[in-house]
Amino acid sequence: MAVQYIGLKEINGPLIALDNVAGVSYDEVAEIRLDDGSVRTGRVVQIDGSRAILQVFEGTKGLSLKNTRTRFTGKPMEMPLSEELLGRVFNGAGRPIDGLGEIYAEKYADINGKPLNPVSRSYPRNYINTGISSIDALTTLIRGQKLPIFSGSGLSHNKLAVQIVRQAKIAEESGQDFAVVFAAMGVKNDIADYFRKSFEESGVLQKVVMFLNLSNDPIIERILTPKCALTAAEYLAFEKNMHILVILTDMTSYAEALREFSSSKGEIPARKGFPGYLYSDLASLYERAGIVEGSEGSVTQIPILTMPNDDITHPIPDLTGYITEGQIVLDRSLDQNGVYPPVAVLPSLSRLMKDGIGEGFTRGDHSDCANQLFAAYAKVQDARALASVIGEDELSPLDKSYLRFGRLFEKHFVNQGFDENRTIDETLDLGWALLSTLPRSALDRVDEKLLDQKYDPDKAVQFTD
Amino acid sequence: MNTVFSVNGPVVKVRDASDFAMMEMVYVGADHLMGEVIGVNAEETTIQVYEVTTGMKPGEPVMGTGAPVSAVLGPGIISNIFDGIERPLKKIEELSGAYISPGSNIESLDTLKKWDVTLKVSVGDEVQGGAIFAVCPETPLIEHRCMIPPNMSGEVVFAAENGEYTINDVICRIKSPDGTEHDLTMCQKWPIKQSRPFDRRLPVDRPLITGQRVIDTILPIAKGGTAAVPGGFGTGKTMTQHQLAKWCDADIIVYIGCGERGNEMTQVLEEFSGLIDPKTNRPLTDRTVLIANTSNMPVAAREASIYTGITIAEYYRDMGYHIAIMADSTSRWAEALREISGRLEEMPAEEGFPAYLPSRLSEFYERAGYVENLNGTEGSVSIIGAVSPQGSDFSEPVTQNTKRFVRCFWALDKSLAYARHYPAINWNNSYSEYTDDLGEYYYKNVDKDFLPYRQRISSLLIEENKLMEIVKLIGADVLPDDQKLVIETARVIRVGFLQQNAYHKDDTYVPLDKQFKMMKAILKLYDECRSAVEKSVPINRIISTGIFEKVIKMKYDIPNDKPELFRRLEVEIEQTVKKVVKACTEEGR
Repeated sequence: MAVQYIGLKEINGPLIALDNVAGVSYDEVAEIRLDDGSVRTGRVVQIDGSRAILQVFEGTKGLSLKNTRTRFTGKPMEMPLSEELLGRVFNGAGRPIDGLGEIYAEKYADINGKPLNPVSRSYPRNYINTGISSIDALTTLIRGQKLPIFSGSGLSHNKLAVQIVRQAKIAEESGQDFAVVFAAMGVKNDIADYFRKSFEESGVLQKVVMFLNLSNDPIIERILTPKCALTAAEYLAFEKNMHILVILTDMTSYAEALREFSSSKGEIPARKGFPGYLYSDLASLYERAGIVEGSEGSVTQIPILTMPNDDITHPIPDLTGYITEGQIVLDRSLDQNGVYPPVAVLPSLSRLMKDGIGEGFTRGDHSDCANQLFAAYAKVQDARALASVIGEDELSPLDKSYLRFGRLFEKHFVNQGFDENRTIDETLDLGWALLSTLPRSALDRVDEKLLDQKYDPDKAVQFTD
Repeated sequence: MNTVFSVNGPVVKVRDASDFAMMEMVYVGADHLMGEVIGVNAEETTIQVYEVTTGMKPGEPVMGTGAPVSAVLGPGIISNIFDGIERPLKKIEELSGAYISPGSNIESLDTLKKWDVTLKVSVGDEVQGGAIFAVCPETPLIEHRCMIPPNMSGEVVFAAENGEYTINDVICRIKSPDGTEHDLTMCQKWPIKQSRPFDRRLPVDRPLITGQRVIDTILPIAKGGTAAVPGGFGTGKTMTQHQLAKWCDADIIVYIGCGERGNEMTQVLEEFSGLIDPKTNRPLTDRTVLIANTSNMPVAAREASIYTGITIAEYYRDMGYHIAIMADSTSRWAEALREISGRLEEMPAEEGFPAYLPSRLSEFYERAGYVENLNGTEGSVSIIGAVSPQGSDFSEPVTQNTKRFVRCFWALDKSLAYARHYPAINWNNSYSEYTDDLGEYYYKNVDKDFLPYRQRISSLLIEENKLMEIVKLIGADVLPDDQKLVIETARVIRVGFLQQNAYHKDDTYVPLDKQFKMMKAILKLYDECRSAVEKSVPINRIISTGIFEKVIKMKYDIPNDKPELFRRLEVEIEQTVKKVVKACTEEGR
């Protein structure tokens, strides 16, 4: 019988303090049994001599200084793992909530994970065909990448994520095992439902592991949710050789939970009240994407975050952008113009794209096409700014053709149906056709030889405004 | 025995201990995690631990080592990859697999490998600190020169035969003036937070040639200089650093990945071992040291990684080499300081950063320089530090404080990056204080017109910037022809000169001579057009000949090894403009 500590010294938000405890180690997990028989879980976050501070995952509601018995387990937070995870639903702390019973564990793993040695990584190079032109051509998703979607409230990020999962799956079916790990942090009930239903409709539900921490669930559990999800993902990828797509939504809720927890610990805040270690903390999640040398599997992450007030310089998108390998930014004005997916092409970026496209991966002319599209679309913005001052009629003929290119590009290239799955050839040919609406001399990023092959004003006539 | 009293993340406190010194290296806990003493008072000693403290309990032992945290310096450093506290990551992989476990205590350098040593001293020689007593080939490119530790001198009483030795074999012994004898091996230790001594600083008047036009021509950096590369995410900081690490003409590159992405380090590893340095025909790894403390590795070691890197650089500088340090990113280092400071409950200054941030930054950047070493050789350490400003806002503390201590400021710009103009260095708000210092070098080694041409190019860009204010309001069509010419020429400069394609085999590295000839061609175009415009020839007529596009594409059309083609381009410019002028005057008649 292990030692139980009766009562508490102090309760403060989600934190409790115990005095006169012996042999407690940093980060270990404790079980807190209430007098009414319910059990909560806590984790040691600070030790001062014989005093231990614990965070309680389920919150401290109902706890008093007298009614608890605390038992330390001597282990950090662990999660049971086996292939049975597939198709199951868990809460944020990794406990099954689908009524199908406990997982029969093949092994247990610390949910915090360990840093992956940079020399043991292999550099991701294989691209994932998502069938979405704006992503495939301009911000190519690479297997083993972490590519977040920066969105705003009310934009169609969830729909986009579902489309990526569904269409990426089709491309994967030829080869190895493919599975999705879905972690919901502080999302609304109906959003979680939407994902579940979409997975079911596209027939991947048996290949999905879901971790649900809904917006009314405790915040400490929210901090654990992505860690549990990534532990499951790493296990399936690197021990079971599967290709795992991890969707983390919504990282903003996660970071806010971290802030709430930090302030109740009385820590010194950095920017906008977020703790100084927000960067390190986010990195400890995002860096768990990748490919380990010698393993067949991979972990690809698509974190979704809603930018507070659509502000990309807010600490959460800002720090995320510094860690992840690019970002897909959604734009409200495109959305209002009925463009789906409303991908803002210019601020979107895929850092791993340069090594994963071209001959042998996608097509030899991919990078030229993408560069020229970016450059031309950047000119569109200048022309639009000018037009808003002097009026469209006063523009030079070149600027007018940029304006037209911009409209066509958004309407035919960025915009596509929810069920439309374009091949990379279709996407790139479409790109060249759109570029052909511009005068040839405006295409200064492509060398003449390639232009001879690809520049074809005849193809440009197909587009109507 | 001293024991752990409290644990809070990487900060561990010990009660009632009086035998620790500030900055002393300690081993904490049953797993012997490495740590450093960062605070001492009568009741408590505060230690930052360089590894994850999960599982640590009060009562576990804490052992002092009596020495500050030091780097082991000796052959075997080059082409290796270390973590922030100089542990070889390949060895860690062999020991603990793909994931790094805490408490991996292993030797920094291979102690079994035998090096082919040639002794440079013989018994009876008087030697001073810094003197080279033995050499061995470390990589095909780098000769390792073993030096007497800086604080030692005396008479050689033993010198081993030339032959094969490990780094721990005694190969030399000296007798100090006070009579004590010191055994010397091929390696020595040096505290990472203390700069290595040198004889004197020399003026920084030689450029660090990078082959990047916007840097070499417009914003040059000197050997021994300091530069900061600030930019929001996605503006190409890392890309710029990679380009410099690949192409700059330093002898050795120390690349510090401080709190950055794991995949980026993997990329450097893969790419550098595959890339052949054109000057030496050897893989770039033969001259590169990597220090990788990725963002998910322990935060205290992130702080140490910067110091480990610069100590290694100084050590090779002492041998007479030119070193360039890429620190990517110093903001993560500053954030590590903030995180530790927060755990210590220190009073924060701006945005939660500790008040000592500026002094730490200046200490770091001041370790750069072009010096004459104790042994009479000359060497240099140049520092190029990336800064990741929060929210791309250059007024934040790390950028602002860094700006005070560096002499080159290469500001990366979001709107350039969005237009995929790389390197996205914004010429309007970047600066280099080295231009004048380097003037003589350019005058003697490139061309006497180099600086005047550079000045004209800059002036054109500044003029364009002014004109753009007007263009934004009323459009380019209403401008008079001479101003239109400025705008067109500036476009040629921006697209044809400043923009550089890192993936093009010729454009990725451009020798100074070609940079000069490109400037010359652009100015030739400008001058010819200008005199045509003065004869009232409409500028649009010249533009429609396509000569501007032709000049823009010279970076691709003229290979690096065929500079003579520039002559032909200049003739073409002259004749094209002449033809238009002729046609116009005939029509006028």
